[in-house]
Amino acid sequence: MTHPYDLSAHTREMNPGSASSVARLQLINICKSYNSLKANDQIHLTVQPGQIHAILGENGAGKSTLMKIIYGATQANQGQMLWNGKEVKIDNPSMARKLGIGMVYQHFSLFETLTVVENISLGLDEKIDLALLSQKIIEVSEQYGLPVDPRREVYSLSVGERQRVEIIRCLLQNPALIILDEPTSVLTPQAVRQLFKTLRLLASQGVSILYISHKLHEIKELCNEATILRNGRVSGHVDPQDNSTSDLARLMIGRDLPSYVRQDYQGAEQVLFQIESLHAESDDPFGVSLKNINLSIQAGEIVGIAGISGNGQAELLSLLSGEQRLKTGKIRLAQQDISSLSAGQRRDLGLGFVPEERLGRGAVPNMTLSQNALLTAFRQGFTRWGLIKFDQCKAFSEQCIEKFGVKASGAEAEARSLSGGNLQKFIVGREILQNPKFLIVAQPTWGVDVGASMFIRQTLIDLSRQGVAILVISEELEELFEISDRLCVLANGELSEPVHTDQTNAENIGVLMSGIHRPLTAEHSAQEQIHA
Amino acid sequence: MHLLEPREHPSKMMKWLSPVIALVAMLIVGSILFLMLGVEPGKAMYIFFIEPLASGYGWSELAVKAGPLILIALGLAVGFRAKLFNIGAEGQLTMGAIFGGGIAILFHEQMGGWILPLMVLMGALGGAFWGAIPALLKTHFNAEETLTTLMMNYIALFVLLYLVNGPWRDPDGMNFPQSVMFNDSATLPLIMDGTRINASLYITLFAVVLFWVFMRKSLTAYKLEVSGQAPLAAKYAGFSSSKAIWMSLVISGTMAGIAGICEVAGPIGQLNPNLSPGYGYAAIIVAYLGRLNPLGIVLSGCFMALIYLGGEMAQMQLQLPVAITGIFQGLLLFFLLASDALIENRYRFAKKTVPPEPVAATSP
Repeated sequence: MTHPYDLSAHTREMNPGSASSVARLQLINICKSYNSLKANDQIHLTVQPGQIHAILGENGAGKSTLMKIIYGATQANQGQMLWNGKEVKIDNPSMARKLGIGMVYQHFSLFETLTVVENISLGLDEKIDLALLSQKIIEVSEQYGLPVDPRREVYSLSVGERQRVEIIRCLLQNPALIILDEPTSVLTPQAVRQLFKTLRLLASQGVSILYISHKLHEIKELCNEATILRNGRVSGHVDPQDNSTSDLARLMIGRDLPSYVRQDYQGAEQVLFQIESLHAESDDPFGVSLKNINLSIQAGEIVGIAGISGNGQAELLSLLSGEQRLKTGKIRLAQQDISSLSAGQRRDLGLGFVPEERLGRGAVPNMTLSQNALLTAFRQGFTRWGLIKFDQCKAFSEQCIEKFGVKASGAEAEARSLSGGNLQKFIVGREILQNPKFLIVAQPTWGVDVGASMFIRQTLIDLSRQGVAILVISEELEELFEISDRLCVLANGELSEPVHTDQTNAENIGVLMSGIHRPLTAEHSAQEQIHA
Repeated sequence: MHLLEPREHPSKMMKWLSPVIALVAMLIVGSILFLMLGVEPGKAMYIFFIEPLASGYGWSELAVKAGPLILIALGLAVGFRAKLFNIGAEGQLTMGAIFGGGIAILFHEQMGGWILPLMVLMGALGGAFWGAIPALLKTHFNAEETLTTLMMNYIALFVLLYLVNGPWRDPDGMNFPQSVMFNDSATLPLIMDGTRINASLYITLFAVVLFWVFMRKSLTAYKLEVSGQAPLAAKYAGFSSSKAIWMSLVISGTMAGIAGICEVAGPIGQLNPNLSPGYGYAAIIVAYLGRLNPLGIVLSGCFMALIYLGGEMAQMQLQLPVAITGIFQGLLLFFLLASDALIENRYRFAKKTVPPEPVAATSP
């Protein structure tokens, strides 16, 4: 056995073309159930050396469970796993790492106050001298185009750089198979391109890559084999190059992707919501201070704020909703100054808000849907003399469940018993049914399956066309391009000038997300691409 | 390593059975305790839990003792649902007794139907005032209410001691630290011959109904519950957290104050240093034993009263010290907390993770 950190001794000359007939990883008939739920049902999967293999599926299709089984974080109830042709049983992640399986999680596990090298050293199974480790980090980062300074503290790194740290940590273990879980969900388009370069380089050296995603165009661009999961079962093994995205989508969700219906807004033009020179210093040393935010939103339009979480999104949202009091700047709702009003008073005036966190903020986990409807909708005449009219409240919840297709056992189901997507539909429904004048939605479809996502997006579009002003803050660029009329970017606490969605593109927005402020025109972006 | 992991779906039925489990465990450990004291457990248990109820008078005494416990626990339950831990009911009770009792002492020479209602009102105000101080400290200085309410208990006690040793001492009381006996206009009328049950029973019954409606139906109680269960959701919905703090502490203070004035205008009949045998503390157990539910609190209040009566019986018949009452209360609370904790969480003994044997690692 070679020393785990001795990269030079590592044989990376293996050519994917001349790959031996032995598969790197083979899963045979893997089954895993949680109580009555079959998370994985008779899964077969073969990954060749040097292959970039996509695992495609909606949320809840069983992708994460399968990866956890491969990485040893959980065990299958049934089935066999062959590693380089030999049967193995992986009891825990540390054993998986010893075999040569590495994993890069969607959510990073890094300590903000420690340096890169300290973080990497903590994640290794064996102790190693920090100076030596720094050397290795630099070697690996140069070899694979993952520039990062091992002495820097993690809090000062961008999300893309943090992901590099995770990948380097994984590469230091000399993996023969790397699992990447939704790696691009927080990256700018530019960083995605850089990541793909690295992955292709690794593949060319014989490293197998399991690439988990639900983003079809990425899979088409990167992968040469895809296994598609639906409801815990394999619904297809395909070559993404030979199939159109709509073919892939059909395999993934079982039907065609509907498209969005967008009319132009017909009503009177009127500015409904205005933010004027909003400043907010953050008390938290790792928090983000908001600098001179200005934005106005008209009736009948959706304004999207792109950007990666942690750039002031949470701070801005709580200032707009009234959960946090504003110190400098002004906020107006329908010409009325609401800067000094509380969250409840702002709601009284017609502000609706769907927060990013559903359990614990948007809904009380242990309360029923009916009780959770009351949380913000009690204003709809659900009380008399301070007493709750339970029948009306229940009727409202049932209406919400029915109209928004919430899958729940009824209005008396506890909020926490619902899946993330269904709870999101309920919360969105609760806010919309109250006929807000202005609606703020944070990460509308985060963790929501494709079908429900499309429904929520269409609902937002329709609502705006009825004369409601909507502000959407999202990390998903595609989503923002699909629904927004105007787009801006929040990076490092600064908000860019909004532009009409049809006058910009993902590249431009990506540049802004990295914190560089440039005018947003198509010519500029073309030049930038040349310079890049 | 010992670990408690939260259960995904704690059983609802077990949550209601938890007080029963705690009771049985208390009886078992209590029996062992009696054995060690050289008393036959069967006989001791009979004296403790059956004999107090063997006569009609015993039942009436149960009602006398359960009254203040239920009143206080009703108020405390409101705050506990909002996760505001008022440990200061004892002091709020004392303050209620001082404010209300002060009226009786001030107007000692006067008669009239207005005195008693004024006393109850002042008692409620006194308790509310004493609860409002920790509320002010919490909303303005973020001072932990658990500590401040507890400390306020001692202040209230010393205020009482000062008053009965000083300005309000009965001049004909042979220098005992106690006030004059209240006159008839300042005493709650007895409502049953041959017992000590007085008109405060009506107040208690009314309070139970009122709190039942309040907790089941009112938007205010709902808001308090949300701020206890999910503070971020309360903030999101725009429920004011300082309002929740004020409401909880003032309501529980008011109820303790009413309990205090009902005690001094009832069975005690004067102000003296021994107003309460720890009702303010025992009511915390009553509230949780009754699952913070007004009807549950009626049952648990009666049971706690039985422990007080049983403790007195055990002192008289078995020559056991007064501490026996406290021991049983403590056992009950301990087992209740333990059983709740195990219903909410799962116990797991985790082995120290041993690094696995490297399994035939083939180099790639």
